[in-house]
Amino acid sequence: MVFTTYEFLILLVVAAVLYYTLPRSFQWKLLLAASAVFYAYSGLDNLIYLAVTIISVYLATRRMDDLLAEQARGLAADIPGENAKAYRAAIKRRRRRLMVLCLVLNLGILVVIKYTAFAVQGADAVFHVLAKPEDLGFFRFALPLGLSFYTFQSVSYVIDSYRAKKAGYVERNPFKLALFISFFPQMVQGPISRFGDLKQTLFERHAADADAISAGALRVFFGFFKKLVIADRLMPVIRALTAPGDEFAGAYVLLTALVYAVTLYCDFTGGIDVTIGTARIFGVKLAENFDRPFYSKSVAEYWRRWHITMGTWFRDYIFYPLSASKPMIRLIKPARRLLGDHIGKRLPVYIATMVTWFATGLWHGAAWNFIVWGVLNGAVILISQELTPLYGKFRSKLRLGDGKVYGAFEIFRTFWLMSLIRVFDVYADVPRTLRMFGTIFTDFGAGKLIANGIAPLGLSLADIVLAAVSLAAMIIAGAVSRSKPGSFNSVTFRVSLCAVLALAVIVFGKYGLGYDARQFIYNQF
Amino acid sequence: MKIYRFALILAGFAALFFGLQRLLTPKYMSGVYDGALIAEYYSETKNHEVIFIGDCEVYENFSPMTLFGEYGITSYIRGGAQQLIWQSYYLLEDTLRYETPEVVVFNVLAMQYGEPQSEAYNRLNLDGMTLSASKLNAVNASLTKGEDALSYIFPILRYHERWQELTPDDLRYFVSRKSAGHNGYLMRNEVKPVTIIPDGAKLANYDFAEVCRVYLDKMRVLCEENGIDFVLVKAPTIYPHWYDEWEAQIESYAETHGLLYVNFLEHIDDAGIDFAADTYDAGLHLNCSGAEKLSRYFGAILTEKFGLSDKRSEPAAAAEYAAKLRDYEAMKTAQRSEFETNGKAVTFTYSKS
Repeated sequence: MVFTTYEFLILLVVAAVLYYTLPRSFQWKLLLAASAVFYAYSGLDNLIYLAVTIISVYLATRRMDDLLAEQARGLAADIPGENAKAYRAAIKRRRRRLMVLCLVLNLGILVVIKYTAFAVQGADAVFHVLAKPEDLGFFRFALPLGLSFYTFQSVSYVIDSYRAKKAGYVERNPFKLALFISFFPQMVQGPISRFGDLKQTLFERHAADADAISAGALRVFFGFFKKLVIADRLMPVIRALTAPGDEFAGAYVLLTALVYAVTLYCDFTGGIDVTIGTARIFGVKLAENFDRPFYSKSVAEYWRRWHITMGTWFRDYIFYPLSASKPMIRLIKPARRLLGDHIGKRLPVYIATMVTWFATGLWHGAAWNFIVWGVLNGAVILISQELTPLYGKFRSKLRLGDGKVYGAFEIFRTFWLMSLIRVFDVYADVPRTLRMFGTIFTDFGAGKLIANGIAPLGLSLADIVLAAVSLAAMIIAGAVSRSKPGSFNSVTFRVSLCAVLALAVIVFGKYGLGYDARQFIYNQF
Repeated sequence: MKIYRFALILAGFAALFFGLQRLLTPKYMSGVYDGALIAEYYSETKNHEVIFIGDCEVYENFSPMTLFGEYGITSYIRGGAQQLIWQSYYLLEDTLRYETPEVVVFNVLAMQYGEPQSEAYNRLNLDGMTLSASKLNAVNASLTKGEDALSYIFPILRYHERWQELTPDDLRYFVSRKSAGHNGYLMRNEVKPVTIIPDGAKLANYDFAEVCRVYLDKMRVLCEENGIDFVLVKAPTIYPHWYDEWEAQIESYAETHGLLYVNFLEHIDDAGIDFAADTYDAGLHLNCSGAEKLSRYFGAILTEKFGLSDKRSEPAAAAEYAAKLRDYEAMKTAQRSEFETNGKAVTFTYSKS
């Protein structure tokens, strides 16, 4: 089920009404039922993958928890001191085996479904074993809805369960665990929640609260506004400017990068607004996934403010464990000898950063453009870190200080750097992206861009004016809510705004017959 | 939040929603007038002896004004462009909510379509229906790929993008619209003679689809249950081609159920139709002159076979139709004059007398 369908709205309204009218002990069960309906709507066969994940995660984590309890009982009894260490190590080994088994199974499903065709294509390119592309059909699987998101959420839960020091961390009710993994608002594009953060708000009983419901509804309508009025109205520009033929080169590449940045932001944050707002209607507080990323002053900061939960997931489950792993620590000494003190000391960070960003790219999609995009992000972050002292010298020499002007320059630089890296996502073809990127320097053609006017964009003047006004409204609303935090607190005001946004979406939204771009961009990940 | 405030916001939202919906929905007061016909029925006095249902072969080829003027038969055409047979059925069901005619006339050309054809034609037939179970059933039976039923209940969901295409007509006809049909008849007074009669292309299968047979039978049963005589006709337009195999199936059905079936293609000369003067589009549809000839011919059959009474002597009907006939004649005169002067008619709507 996609958010921008009538079916989703019906599910949301029906579930919300039942949620607050049935006895509160039924609330989490109702959310589980709604999640099952949401997921089953996309195909009953998808439920099989989800069920495998839920069952395997439940069995593995419960056994891990039992072992911890067993260990506590054993240690509390009369295991002698010298045997206690070995006993702990034995329990840890058994728990680790369970974790690895569960991760291999679930990440295996993700890898097989999402990456097999890509891997086979890669092998074919190298060894020329399979002559025809159509032979690869066998290796293509239909991607179950939200596979990447719920797998990552499950993986974090399994690892956190393994890392738990005491028994009692894991959820022993399989249906509650099923709800944590499949909670329908966050199923398709995150945020990737941690069990520790979500369990209380998800399972506790909620009284109908006009404040929470109106805040949630406002967030939902605002999300639809961003997605349907802004993002989907601008999407034809991307399609027009990236149409086959490389016609729109030079300055148009910059325009494409700019429009795509705005489109992706509105599309993704719009979806997240719907997600967080929907959860809020049920009294559930989800983690924020964005924090004004376009105001970032560095790429590293950008990634702390864009898709936050994905960034922290990769940090906590790949970057930190890898950079602090024994082989990496062992690497420092010889590396310092060979590469010098500074680089040698930082080599584990370099490696962990690049591996993390390679994985981030691969997570976004089984294609070379995503891998290159990921690696580029990692490289830019590392280069930025290495150049930081140089920036400092540059600023002090030019006496730029930490003023607003330099801050604005940093924001501008980061925005464009990220927008240009994102071009790999736009053209979805590495050689073409490089070719088009090159034309910025070889064939800029600003005159052509001005002479052509809006004709090549695939939008009318009214579309452009509407998109600009809507963007301005979005920016102003954001600024007001930050500068005067209580501005949207009145329930009456929120309900009135909901009505205005609903009318704006109904009239100015892109939806209906002949319109096929209703899927959120991040749904495909 | 006080409940009255919530009610106030809700009322404001509803007012704006329905206001915008009215503004953005096509008015059919220029260009495609066919879209105005279905909705016009609801503002009529509903006391018709004959109801016509079917596609353009009814609303372009039969003139209820002539039927009244010549025979005193009160009639109405619930026709729509490329009306599919299930749409005809549900429109008939919808009509029977308001009145029970003595005769229902169905044009059988729609038997050729066994599945939904196009959204544009669906809209012309269904948007104008008021909300009812019949409309919902008609919509569900008619949806083409990508369509959703909700947009037939709230047309703004379909027409919202028209904010970029609004014309003065949308404001002019925001509150009330003019009429386009004369008891469902869409008048055309241009003349474009038939020059060639194309042969029908060979078909792989000449059998009517099962769904068409089912709905034809449902119409017959519905009429039977309401004591209405059900009549089948094939209008005398020479294109699209009416195959002998189709004719045989309809004849057989009519014979089996004792229905009157008139294929006017076999009565062109008897009706006095001249395809050099009585069609406005080279034989696809009759013009006003042709429709009047056909109606005169058919009126005699209806009167003879079903003993319909002459309503011209009833004061209420006479007064009502006197006004209608004035409007009808005025448009006819205007269109003929426009066609003679400029080669095309431009008056297709009128304010009722």
